Amino acid sequence: MTTGGNILELQNLRVRFQQRRQPVAAVRDASFLLRRGQTLALVGESGSGKSVASLALMGLLPDHASVEARRMRFAPDADAPPVDLTGQSPEAMRRLRGRHIAMVFQEPMSSLNPLFPIGDQIGEALLVHERLDARSRRKRVLEMLELVEIPGAAERHDAWPHELSGGMRQRVLIALALVCKPALLIADEPTTALDVTIQAQILDLMRRLQAELGMSILFITHDLGVVAEMADEVAVMRAGEVVEQAAVRELFSDPRHPYTRGLLASLPSGRRAALSQTASESVEPEVPPPPEPLVSMPLVSIKGMSKIFPSNRGAVHAVQDVSFDIPKGAIVGLVGESGSGKTTLGRAVLRLVEPTAGSVVFDGEILGELDASRMRAMRRRMQIIFQDPVASLNPRMRVRDIVAEGLLAHGIGTASSRAERVAALLEEVGLKADDMRRHPHEFSGGQRQRIGIARALALDPDFIIADESVSALDVSIRSQVLDLLLDIRRRREATLLFISHDLSVVRYLCDLTAVMYLGRLVEFGATEAVHSQPAHPYTRALLTAVPVPDPGAARGRELLQGDAPSPQAPPSGCVFRTRCRHAAPACAEAMPALARWGPDREAACARLAEIA
Amino acid sequence: MAAGSAWEERGLAAALFSRRSVAVAAVFFLLLTALVALAPWLAPFDPAAMSVRERLSPPGDGFILGADVFGRDVLSRLLHAGRVSLTIGAGVALLSSVSGILIGLLAGFFRRLDAPLSRLIDAMMAFPDILLAISLVAVLGGSLANVIIALSIVYAPRIARVVRASTLVARELPYVEAARALGSSTGYVLLRHVLANILSPIIVQATFIFAYAMLAESGLSFLGVGIDPATPTWGAMINEGRLVIDQAPFLVLFPGLAISLTVLSLQLVGDGLRDALDPRIANQM
Repeated sequence: MTTGGNILELQNLRVRFQQRRQPVAAVRDASFLLRRGQTLALVGESGSGKSVASLALMGLLPDHASVEARRMRFAPDADAPPVDLTGQSPEAMRRLRGRHIAMVFQEPMSSLNPLFPIGDQIGEALLVHERLDARSRRKRVLEMLELVEIPGAAERHDAWPHELSGGMRQRVLIALALVCKPALLIADEPTTALDVTIQAQILDLMRRLQAELGMSILFITHDLGVVAEMADEVAVMRAGEVVEQAAVRELFSDPRHPYTRGLLASLPSGRRAALSQTASESVEPEVPPPPEPLVSMPLVSIKGMSKIFPSNRGAVHAVQDVSFDIPKGAIVGLVGESGSGKTTLGRAVLRLVEPTAGSVVFDGEILGELDASRMRAMRRRMQIIFQDPVASLNPRMRVRDIVAEGLLAHGIGTASSRAERVAALLEEVGLKADDMRRHPHEFSGGQRQRIGIARALALDPDFIIADESVSALDVSIRSQVLDLLLDIRRRREATLLFISHDLSVVRYLCDLTAVMYLGRLVEFGATEAVHSQPAHPYTRALLTAVPVPDPGAARGRELLQGDAPSPQAPPSGCVFRTRCRHAAPACAEAMPALARWGPDREAACARLAEIA
Repeated sequence: MAAGSAWEERGLAAALFSRRSVAVAAVFFLLLTALVALAPWLAPFDPAAMSVRERLSPPGDGFILGADVFGRDVLSRLLHAGRVSLTIGAGVALLSSVSGILIGLLAGFFRRLDAPLSRLIDAMMAFPDILLAISLVAVLGGSLANVIIALSIVYAPRIARVVRASTLVARELPYVEAARALGSSTGYVLLRHVLANILSPIIVQATFIFAYAMLAESGLSFLGVGIDPATPTWGAMINEGRLVIDQAPFLVLFPGLAISLTVLSLQLVGDGLRDALDPRIANQM
């Protein structure tokens, strides 16, 4: 039997964890092939066993895991016979790891040892596998740092992990994995923790490195956009089984397995075509006379909002002079990358943090002027749904008490009428009335998010802020929760501020879109206009950075260079100018104000007329 | 999922005692408390009755656990001493926990109170425990209640510090923010969301203080500022036995065992309580 062009052959992998009572099967039947020099994407939702399968290949599972496979062959060298990974001693696996198979992990923040300079950490594999002396190690490390395009490689060699941004750390981790030139790289969600513009940089880098070094990549991800962009072949995992492996175009155009079909259908769709295509197709809405305000009848008016957090190393300008209106009954999307201030803005609107400057007018009342008791009463009308469905529910309370908390706080109803209300709310969000006796940990992530939504709805609010409320959920669950939010808006005529970094979700859900960068509002307008013909250069870069779940899509990408500046020291003038390819000297002078651009949007760019 | 309703139906006690080590420890502790409480009826001799002829007689026929330097029955003294020692341990653990929790919650939750309260805690902890206790007893006067109060003042800062640190973490959790967004009152947030979730370190710390207090009391008795020196306590018995440890090691051994077993059983019960109170773990027990 020959391996042919396959670097990795896996057949009928089973992994079981020995638990106290009975073994738990994490991988039940996984088979896939990875051809030499190609990228195989291993796709699945959380708990599908994709990470466990890759750890089994690496021999990195804990002792209480039992691994069986009909075949688990790895051929680092095309000419040499393949290695059978099942029968290897721990010592032999250790020699393979780092040298022939390397791995990049998800969490760039915790995957580096904070006590060693990055150069030493990259050089460690060279010390272990090639026994190089210090000088030649340094030379090779510098080559690697240049290869992964870390600017100023020579100075960065002795930098500490905490001095680097998330994107830079992920580059370091890639350098670390590739330093021995492995034949196979396993990348486990390598860009999930990164912002989209940084993700675009890293994906771009990985593609170029693969071409340069001729390695094969096993790319584990849950993001179908990333799959479409990176993979040659795709293996879909569900509940410990690989249900389908196919070439990427085939999989997207003609999915065989019902699960794959469901997964593709759950993408926020209707408008899931690529940006470059919609740009030409989009129909301009009827042109109303320009002087009319963008938003009439606002429920919430944010005026000149700023929030500065004092800190020892210089104040953090989290939000700076942001103003926009949220119309009654609308869903407004607030997008931006981490550090853009979108979450702080949401909290300042609800007065969960006191704004440094500016005010919020809610249905005619200036919130900042309300005293504590009137503010508490006002909270009945405005609610928030949080990002983390685990941390936002008190683990010691029963669902009944969690959902009823607002009713209790405002002294609404009796114990029994509150219980009835909780039952009705749970059913409204798609849970069972009986669930009220349980504790949060007995629910899945999606169900917990529903509990959080029920809690927010209990007081029948007019205005709800959803802060990254679907970001932590798997795609199929995410679309259910999004539909629930749409449903709530329709039934209760609620107004929503939907904070998200996920542009496709915002496009699917929202009527208006606000884009923030480094504490400033850079673009605001009708969702279709902002998404199909972005005016501000940052919005454009952001939109093109989003991986499109369509392998055939043309990618007219405007890759942003470098990282976003620190909000402790924002650039003078326009905050985006340091990464903007249209920046002119005049941009350094003053932050441009939001100006009307076209019939249904505003943008803050001094050079709009020249570049848009 | 069925386990969840089981938790509700079984109740706290069932969850607590479903772990055998916890059940054994709890039974042991209850038995010990009962023995000590019934000391006047159970003790074979008067704990103060001396018999110089039989001083330092080893455990055996006459005296089950031997006799001390003055020929007093060790078993009787042990039982009587337990009344005082356990009262002090429990009293100090309770009082210092209550005051420490109050101070710690205030310091951790309200930014403005943090600096003054934290400095107060630091200042109190800067004094050596025993020295602080001596001065407090000197001021208050030596009685059982005053010793408990003095030792509670000494140990409250330890609880306060643990509570403050945990509160600082808990304060930032999304469910605390969610409660504020719902309009819940600060008192409700503090009790239901913060305190309920930081009980584990408090329980652990309180069981330690139970043990420390019993030992510290003996130090005070030794220096003559504790309770009336004629009243036997476990700590005082160890102190007395220490002088003749080469001739009669059992004088140190038995009260030492009493303290260790008490503390061990308390800690097991404390651990069990911590887990039983946590619905995430209680299900698996």
